[in-house]
Amino acid sequence: MYLRSDGRRSNGLALRIGVLVGLSVALFAVLFFRLWDLQVLSGSKYLEEANNNRTRSFRVEAPRGKILDSRGKVLVENRTSLALQVNPQKLPSRPARRRVELARLGALAHMSPHQVRATMREQLAVSAGAPITLRRDVGYDLVYYLQENAVRFPGVQVQRVFVPKYPHGSLAAHVLGTVGEINEAELKEPLHRNLAPGDEVGKGGVEQTYDRYLRGKPGTTRIQVNALGEPTPGVQLVSKPPVPGNSLKLSLESNVQEAGEQALAGEGLPGAFVTMNVHNGQILALGSYPTFEPSVFTKPLTQPQVNSLYRNPLSLSPLTNRATEGLYPTGSTFKLITAMAALNSGVITPETTIVDNGALTVGGESFHNSGGASYGAVNLVSALQVSDDVYFYTLGYKMWTTGALQHWAHLLGIGRPTGIDLPEHQNGLLPSKQWQEREYRRGVVEGPWSPGNNIQLATGQGSLQTNPLQMAIAYATVANGGTVPTPHLGMQIDDSAGRVLKEFDPPPRRHVHVDPTYRASILEGLHKAAQAPGGTSYAVFGGFPIPVAGKTGTAERPPKREQSWYIVLSPYPNPRIVTAVTIEEGGFGAESAAPAALKILEAYYGKHPRGSAGPNGGSPG
Amino acid sequence: MYATRARRARPEPFLARPGIVERLGLPYMDAPLALSAIALIAFSVFVLSQATLQDVPGNPDYYVDRQVVYGVLGIAGMLALTRVDYSRFRELRVGFYTFLCVSIALIFVFGIAARGSRRAFELPFFSFQPSELGKLLLVLALAGFVIDGARRGSDRQRTVRYLCLGLAPAALVFLQPDLGTSLVFGAATLAVMYFGGVRWTHFAVIGGALVALIAMVLVVAPAVGTPLLKGYQAERLTSFLNPSQDPRNAGYQQHQALIAIGSGEKTGRGDQATQTRLDFVPERSTDFIFAVIGERYGFLGAAFVLSLYALLLWRALRIVTLSKNYYGTLVAGGIAVSLLFQVFVNVGMNLGIMPITGIPLPLVSYGGSSVLATFLAIGVLQSIHIQARLSQKGRFAW
Repeated sequence: MYLRSDGRRSNGLALRIGVLVGLSVALFAVLFFRLWDLQVLSGSKYLEEANNNRTRSFRVEAPRGKILDSRGKVLVENRTSLALQVNPQKLPSRPARRRVELARLGALAHMSPHQVRATMREQLAVSAGAPITLRRDVGYDLVYYLQENAVRFPGVQVQRVFVPKYPHGSLAAHVLGTVGEINEAELKEPLHRNLAPGDEVGKGGVEQTYDRYLRGKPGTTRIQVNALGEPTPGVQLVSKPPVPGNSLKLSLESNVQEAGEQALAGEGLPGAFVTMNVHNGQILALGSYPTFEPSVFTKPLTQPQVNSLYRNPLSLSPLTNRATEGLYPTGSTFKLITAMAALNSGVITPETTIVDNGALTVGGESFHNSGGASYGAVNLVSALQVSDDVYFYTLGYKMWTTGALQHWAHLLGIGRPTGIDLPEHQNGLLPSKQWQEREYRRGVVEGPWSPGNNIQLATGQGSLQTNPLQMAIAYATVANGGTVPTPHLGMQIDDSAGRVLKEFDPPPRRHVHVDPTYRASILEGLHKAAQAPGGTSYAVFGGFPIPVAGKTGTAERPPKREQSWYIVLSPYPNPRIVTAVTIEEGGFGAESAAPAALKILEAYYGKHPRGSAGPNGGSPG
Repeated sequence: MYATRARRARPEPFLARPGIVERLGLPYMDAPLALSAIALIAFSVFVLSQATLQDVPGNPDYYVDRQVVYGVLGIAGMLALTRVDYSRFRELRVGFYTFLCVSIALIFVFGIAARGSRRAFELPFFSFQPSELGKLLLVLALAGFVIDGARRGSDRQRTVRYLCLGLAPAALVFLQPDLGTSLVFGAATLAVMYFGGVRWTHFAVIGGALVALIAMVLVVAPAVGTPLLKGYQAERLTSFLNPSQDPRNAGYQQHQALIAIGSGEKTGRGDQATQTRLDFVPERSTDFIFAVIGERYGFLGAAFVLSLYALLLWRALRIVTLSKNYYGTLVAGGIAVSLLFQVFVNVGMNLGIMPITGIPLPLVSYGGSSVLATFLAIGVLQSIHIQARLSQKGRFAW
């Protein structure tokens, strides 16, 4: 039915035109309805999507809180520094040129190309589009160099960041700890729920323990960007300012701390010290030698730094806090605990005398006094004064089956958690019958529990492993009449405006019954040991104007030289502070540890003259 | 019937010296058709003046100035064509067809490449894209061939002949590669055949073949490992089915255009139009200019533009029915369908219901060749209208 080309319209053509008109109406209806659907029915959804499209949020770092000593002296604060950042969108798009630029950048930032790539991958995965921080705390010379050569380094920018500043160098480094970028494992902890990779958290020391107070809340900057992610000028969006972290006040007294560190450094041997208030457990000084500069951790470590910090022979590792992590026998300083155990289990009274013939022989094995001395008939006070080994050997022998020595050592805190607010701590080891026999079955030790084991423990030798902090707690408990204090460094949290937000006064760990007559006898013995002629440390403390009660210790650690210990309570007879010092391979207690303790006390009493009660003084019950 | 409908009185052209209005043939032109076309180009200039201020650094009026020139040239061309009796174009069918094919073929030799595709000649002040003018030339030539061949050969032979004549230039354009324009060629060919009386059964076969071809190109060929389309082409064609699936790749542009239009809501965001101002929507002066209108002026603006097209197409389809001869019917039908096709595919692409094919929005998208060719096509429509009017008056003015 082909149409004629005569210009007359047939019904066929009219039908075809009608169909086309119908189709046109249908197509336009589709467009109109679709337009109505998009703009009127779901317009608000698309408007929201458009706004999400055009805005980018960037985190703004919050400064960390300061750490102060008990007098308000600043131990850690912030300084603003420059961080080297790369904007991934502005890097050359050609892979080869990109690689070259990243390699050049890495060389400037002392990073290997592999490290650069790993850093970028890590941060891109979390916040695509945000600038990537390659290295914090770069020097101004590098920044100037980059600015002068900006053409050669497209996409590189510099951002102000906060870096911890340590005005006193390595002072209290082990207490303070360091700050570093959060790692993957830490990110998974519930404590760090709101943190993102690249954030700084405390690593070790009070920086870690009190991290949630010290850490500020990061803010956000919202900017408008175009499709390439480039900021567009002239648009103000609502931003959330960062909230600075709160500051932490420690119980530390900087001058005492400094004296202790100098005393140890003067000996030049690995060691540790702690000075603690016997009543409430506030730590006035706590240190370990060798030490380190916490500021080295604000930048990537150089190879020599890594070698000196981590690859030292274990005995010298400077990052170890020997005051809380050390595992040492204590020598004669343990005798206070042996005396407490013997008195309370009825083995002796303060007046009981034991005749010292120079040695105690048990089962064919002889235990001699050190130096081959023999003191004749001695009671508790004189035995402590001269540090008579045979007297305490005898006590150890008499208690070898009863477990009283272990019971009292445990009560006084040996070989168990101290509760200190430092992440670095070791519980140590208190040898007992059960332990010895279990280890014997496992083949770790040579024989079953024998009198010799307990005799050694009574004088702080053998398998005993403890540290200055635990010993200080034991002495403090006896000195304060039976309260086992919780050692702590954190005292109070202030917000950035100076308001007190929180005060820390942890309750005692437990109470131990300490008979006042036993306490008096033991302290008298220790006092005479320090300040009566013939006492073991009379040579060191005889001339010290403050009455003190101190005990030397000489722990045998063959094949090394003896380890020197000194623990001193002061002022006698109502002690306020306890100071424990140990020096590895320092020889006799009076040889190196006691002089170091003297320097600490001199610093303390130089500031707190004899008459005053001190900041946390008061007499024990 | 149409011919017997009562008409409004027109001024009688009996003046001894016809005035300028008379000489331009304005009294016999279809005013709504001309006015809707002029309104569209005016709106295009308005949109470009607001939305492309930052596009060319240091020259905020770059697009506006050029679009104004193209518009003025186009209107002049349209008015010039109204003075020509379109029936003469039938005699030029072979010349048109030859020019069409040769000019497109020469592109492969002299054309300038843009985004991996050669589509235009670089002339001073102007780059000329022959395939745009080709849409009109194809309709004029093919309509002539249809009338020639109306009494020759069997129905089937005729159908095959028209298809070959139409698809040859379409294939050339496809090879540039310019998928969108080749589809317009195809649509125009089918429209001329449709009004040329090709049997419905033949259209059913052609439709079936098309479906089979699409299935083969998009599904079967990639499955057996010999893809006929380049990867990005296939992606562009299919991503509209689910544009938000992967906003970073193929569906990105379309998804951004959707967000732009949707976020315009009822009355538009004006200068707060971030989607199109901050480069989220690409090609905002050409293929995606409808998204710009949707975001800046909301449903009001977008519906206004659609209404202008509806008016324009209604007048074009009306001219199909008015034509004084069969050649005019075929030409008007081909032009109307190719305009409808371009509007629907472009707006549908902006609205996320059609694939991305790179077809400009007639008279609104920036571009000299497209604006000029569209105005010339409307000029031909006007010529058909004027000739119809004059034949009803029983006299030939020119």
